[in-house]
Amino acid sequence: MENSEVDKGRRRFLIAATSVVGAVGTVAMAAPFLNSWNPSERAKAAGAPVEVNLNKIQEGQLVRVIWRKKPIWIVNRTKKMLEDLPGNDNLLRDPASEVATQQPAYAQNPLRTREGKEKYLVLIGICTHLGCSPTFRPELAPPDLGSDWKGGWYCPCHGSRFDLAGRVFKNVPAPTNLVVPVYSFKDENTIIVGLDENGEAV
Amino acid sequence: MMQGLLNWIDARFPLTKVWNEHLAEYYAPKNFNFWYFFGSLALLVLVIQIVSGIFLTMHYKPDETMAYLSVEYIMRDVPGGWFIRYMHSTGASAFFIVIYLHMFRGLIYGSYKGPRELVWLIGMAIYLALMAEAFMGYLLPWGNMSYWGAQVIINLFNTVPVIGADLSTWIRGDYVIADATLNRLFALHVAALPLVLVGLVFVHIVALHVVGSNNPDGVEIKKLKDENGIPLDGIPFHPYYTVKDIVGVGVFLLAFFAIIFFAPEMGGYFLEHANFEPANALKTPEHIAPVWYFTPFYTVLRAVTITPFAGTLAMFGAIVLLFLLPWIDRNPIKSWRYRNKAHTINILLFAVCFLVLGYLGVKPVIPVLKELGTRMTEIYFLFFVVLWIHSKPGKANYFMWFIILAAVVFGIDWVRYNPEATDDAVQIAWQWVFPIGYLALTLLLPKVLKSFNAEKIVPERVTS
Repeated sequence: MENSEVDKGRRRFLIAATSVVGAVGTVAMAAPFLNSWNPSERAKAAGAPVEVNLNKIQEGQLVRVIWRKKPIWIVNRTKKMLEDLPGNDNLLRDPASEVATQQPAYAQNPLRTREGKEKYLVLIGICTHLGCSPTFRPELAPPDLGSDWKGGWYCPCHGSRFDLAGRVFKNVPAPTNLVVPVYSFKDENTIIVGLDENGEAV
Repeated sequence: MMQGLLNWIDARFPLTKVWNEHLAEYYAPKNFNFWYFFGSLALLVLVIQIVSGIFLTMHYKPDETMAYLSVEYIMRDVPGGWFIRYMHSTGASAFFIVIYLHMFRGLIYGSYKGPRELVWLIGMAIYLALMAEAFMGYLLPWGNMSYWGAQVIINLFNTVPVIGADLSTWIRGDYVIADATLNRLFALHVAALPLVLVGLVFVHIVALHVVGSNNPDGVEIKKLKDENGIPLDGIPFHPYYTVKDIVGVGVFLLAFFAIIFFAPEMGGYFLEHANFEPANALKTPEHIAPVWYFTPFYTVLRAVTITPFAGTLAMFGAIVLLFLLPWIDRNPIKSWRYRNKAHTINILLFAVCFLVLGYLGVKPVIPVLKELGTRMTEIYFLFFVVLWIHSKPGKANYFMWFIILAAVVFGIDWVRYNPEATDDAVQIAWQWVFPIGYLALTLLLPKVLKSFNAEKIVPERVTS
């Protein structure tokens, strides 16, 4: 043994090979720990779609449900409300809902709903400014909101205003329209928030 | 008897050796002044935080339904619980006061320069870990400001292109701030980050004791030694500086306990009012502001509005630049005592700018303050360029740099200026005087008056 020469090439190869395998093993070991930070099955279940029976919502009424711990508003708009909406267009920042992140493609229209179901508006009830939940003000021209007011939402925190399609007015702090969540109709009288033909919301 | 015990230990563990190398025979410059209290004070606050934190953990429950009430339980029912909790909450703010003063010391005396670059880098890593630790601790009381503050901070990761949404969901462990978030930040706050902090502090001190302390003159005391190899300008850390530091500890504790007993909330700056109601996912506080020690960077975040991601980058960039100080400032003179006057002005204006940024971070965004935040952000970043220019005062082309940097400032104004947004336009139209005034004082002044550009001879030995 003591006479045998050190094979340096062999030694270097073994060191390198051991290091590489060790490094790969260490990195692989990180995977389960990192993965444990993803939403748990329970959190995912709590994020599951919510079904709402539309028969309970009278004309002009707003119903709140909780989906993923956020307030969801469903409004059954009257014919008058829908007819008044285009009158706001000049006062709005984004009347045609051009900011794509604020609604699914099927709600990218002036009324911000699915075709054929225009009366039902679905919104995430969180102000796009700093996350307060705005107040529903469906009445026409109340003294505090001015004679042009055709119904909508007013945010008590910083004064942002939205019309009855959740579209933001000009010159208020909120930068964008209220968000329309992913939703679909299970049947004529049941709406599902958080699920559409593309599957569940992420 | 005791000597025998000591010999027995020394044969098995280098106790006397460590004592001598780091205290009794660790020679520190004899001219330390007021600014040299804050390193040892930071160590003291770390101990206070660890001890009070361990005892809080014995009563606190990291669960979204119980967290808020368990903190109220500590405050009302646990014997002396209020005292331990106020120690911990005041300790957090005290930590940052001490650390900011400690960092300012490094800035004025050039302590970050060679051979102490690693001491500075490790120190900056401690500062980063401390900010993470403080942020996570702030979520734990599960008050409404905790909740929404965490919402805003974690949503910063949302602004990262492509992976942002998945990244913030991964950090939260849920689609909103929830039980999972509270639980994991608790684990990081009480176990992971304290371990990291203590490890980094240990390495910080080891690195410091290899290169030795800097001093207000920026003179290397190891260059001149007596026949025994002891620095001529050095005195043993123990007993000289241990005794000096104990005086500092006494004064510090007087102030610390005065706050705990008489003003633990510090008018809403140490403990924010909105945090005295439980977290509510459906109701945001009227006005969201971070705790005071984050506000300078929060103002930078709000000032850069090109895209949300640009704001996030600017905020982190403001911290990253501090890491690079040893390589930005290449002037061989360490202490500001011997640098030119323009350098002194530069550092003082930077300190003022940092304080103003901090003040703006707790204020709502009205046009005049919004623009002031933008201007102070400009000065914050300009500081590093000017510092780089001041590295070689003899050769620097001050006039050319003034023109270039002023052009950058006005170029940004030209892009931002929109006469239709009247309120903002009015502010832009006059507040340019701040960055331009800053550039004039730091670049034109040494150009015009030679006395502001003259450097002094660094003495061989420390003074006084």
